[in-house]
Amino acid sequence: MFYRENGQFKSSYRADQQMLPILQDRIFMLVLAAFAFLAVPYLASDYLFLSILVPFLILALAAIGLNLLVGYCGQISIGHAAFMAVGAYAAYNLVVRAPELNFLVVLVLAGLMAAAVGMVFGIPSLRIKGLYLAVATLAAQFFMDWVFARVKWFTNYEHSGSVSPGPIELFGWRIDTPVEKYEFLLAILIVFTIIAKNLVRGHLGRAWMATRDMDVAAEVIGIRPVYAKLTAFGISSFFCGVAGALWGFVHLGSWEPLAFNLTLSLNLLFMIIIGGMGSILGAYFGAAFIVALPVLLNQIPQMLGAPISTATASHLESMIFGALIILFLIVEPNGLARLWALGKEKLRLWPFPH
Amino acid sequence: MDSRLKAGLAYAALAASLAASDAALAQAKEQFFPVLVYRTGPYAPNGVPFANGYVDYLKLVNARDGGIGGVKITFEECETGYATDRGVECYERLKGKGPTGATVFQPLSTGITFAVTDKSFSDRIPIITAGYGRADSVDGTIFGWNFPLGGTYWDAADMLVQHIGKKEGGLDKLKGKKIALVYHDSPYGKEPIALLQERAKMHGFELLLLPVTHPGVEQKATWLQIRQNRPDYVFLWGWGVMNSTAIKEAVATGYPREKMYGVWWSGAEPDVTPAGEGAKGYNALVFLAPAGQGPVHKEILKHVYDKGQGAGKKEEVGEVLYNRGLTAALLAVEGVKQAQVKYGKKPLTGEQVRWGLENLTIDQASIKKLGFTGFMTPVSTSCVDHAGGRTASIHTWDGKKWDVQPGTVYEADMQILRPMIRASAQKYASEKKLTQRDCAKEAN
Repeated sequence: MFYRENGQFKSSYRADQQMLPILQDRIFMLVLAAFAFLAVPYLASDYLFLSILVPFLILALAAIGLNLLVGYCGQISIGHAAFMAVGAYAAYNLVVRAPELNFLVVLVLAGLMAAAVGMVFGIPSLRIKGLYLAVATLAAQFFMDWVFARVKWFTNYEHSGSVSPGPIELFGWRIDTPVEKYEFLLAILIVFTIIAKNLVRGHLGRAWMATRDMDVAAEVIGIRPVYAKLTAFGISSFFCGVAGALWGFVHLGSWEPLAFNLTLSLNLLFMIIIGGMGSILGAYFGAAFIVALPVLLNQIPQMLGAPISTATASHLESMIFGALIILFLIVEPNGLARLWALGKEKLRLWPFPH
Repeated sequence: MDSRLKAGLAYAALAASLAASDAALAQAKEQFFPVLVYRTGPYAPNGVPFANGYVDYLKLVNARDGGIGGVKITFEECETGYATDRGVECYERLKGKGPTGATVFQPLSTGITFAVTDKSFSDRIPIITAGYGRADSVDGTIFGWNFPLGGTYWDAADMLVQHIGKKEGGLDKLKGKKIALVYHDSPYGKEPIALLQERAKMHGFELLLLPVTHPGVEQKATWLQIRQNRPDYVFLWGWGVMNSTAIKEAVATGYPREKMYGVWWSGAEPDVTPAGEGAKGYNALVFLAPAGQGPVHKEILKHVYDKGQGAGKKEEVGEVLYNRGLTAALLAVEGVKQAQVKYGKKPLTGEQVRWGLENLTIDQASIKKLGFTGFMTPVSTSCVDHAGGRTASIHTWDGKKWDVQPGTVYEADMQILRPMIRASAQKYASEKKLTQRDCAKEAN
């Protein structure tokens, strides 16, 4: 009834090609952004900010990055935490060695560094595909773990191997309260979401999708696989590099190579599988699912006043979490984003379905 | 659509109940102790006894004394699984609970300690890291909220070198010897390296660094290197399953256990029992609490276990890590007690408890009074020195129990440590842009 595009005529190419063609969607997104920027800071507690919202925003950014590669270009990677690590350590070294740099510049440089490393590790994708490529990207994971644990220069000769940079300052604004962190991350995430959204509907995204759907056919119609695959690796790693720098600086504050281990890589992959491959929105859903759910599950027994031990609660958490992942994959193999799209379809017909 | 709506409602309900439980906690006369534990995961064999000891002591203080100075202790456990991100989440979850917020955190993980140290400056909650954490946090003028009470890894490494120096007949006899450090490849395992390198330079021994990746069940390559290099001594800096694996590998490679020395976290029952008879002769440092039972254990059995309130099994009361959990809780409780002298017998904030921890004096007489004779070394802290003591002994596994070796009480050499601590703390302060505390001014 309310969600219909009847009467919204497009009279120019510009209007026809905008990011959200339906007026209701545009209003919804603006309201959502306004709510996130203006209302959430008053509603959420510090705990919610630091334990759920901050990791959610950063991992959503990383998941978008991975989704560009896996979901749009069809190249599986289980080494993306390594590119996050490159971003984090690059940012740390820039801050330590060139303290006068603005943090936004540091973020971009860290992203570029990660992109360069990502492209190097993307080279095997030109020859191998599918599961074999996944195993090749695993090399990135182990190699980066090794580099940051062994080469002391990267950790500025810190005797414990754990680095801890100072607080972030932007034009004299010191980002250290939970609300400031949240707003800063939200702004970055929105910028990157818009970039990603536009990338995937532009010529680059189309080249990626053509490569994903059938690489031989894509080559026949004139898409260079080298170009498509390496840009996908590069841009995807750029996103992850920025996310990694934020993960280290904003969320953890001090970290060791273990913070970017294989578990994080797998979690990122789970995020896009559960959220929806080839969907920007899916990255958000997936990140929310993976970040918030275990924390909530862990606290439910206590909230209900159930007298079970900490160990049992923690085992229950893993069991229920695992079961939910399987359940979601059975109910909707295309991810939560597909559920969302189905909901929208139904809403257009509501309240008079055929 | 339906399922989404339901999910949304469920989340809203959860958020509401979270808010409600916060409000319900606003009661008086309670001191809240957050308890970060790991009862699951690869480090659970060591995490469980420690957590049991910690919680049992808090229960004892409530049951026997009615709390600290009449203020009841409340506590809540939070499972970290030894993972830094979950530890930080637990910290955020618990820091605001209770009428005055969290009293003091004891993360029992060097990784989590590093992460929460950053937060301590703005949250103003002390962190006790008895026998772990950052070695440079001894410097209270920069690390205002960390308390590595009883000793750090630099102290531990220093004492181990002193011990083998004594065995060889003098530190100068270490020249040309080979010492291998088999360490957990994390901040925890890497901490002692700086000191050992310093000592290696002084005495001319060769230091062999052999990292073991988390969780440490795969050490074949490490022990192959030991077989090739034949070091004169092996220092073991492991935790959890890594310790028992290392001892088993030592048995398999035929490396004499008598030449192996563990740090105090590599010298408990779960570390040696899996290796069976093979572990006999293995040594480790012991600080604060060796295994066994004393007056305090009798009280715990009487007031806690006989009422069916015990956190663990009765037989496990008195194990090494149980006792260490006990002394860790004792240090926190004594800190609050001391703070009550200045601020009165009421629930105290983290900042007030810090004063207590900074002005802590536990001498032999008070150790006896507390029933901890033989399970505690004297600790005396100040604003400048947050460790308050740095002594330890060596104990050896005889196949059935840990025996403390007589005449092996060592004290870390501050001549060597002080400049290292100062330099490292200064570096941290400049990276973090911290201002130094003026202890002389605060005393007034």
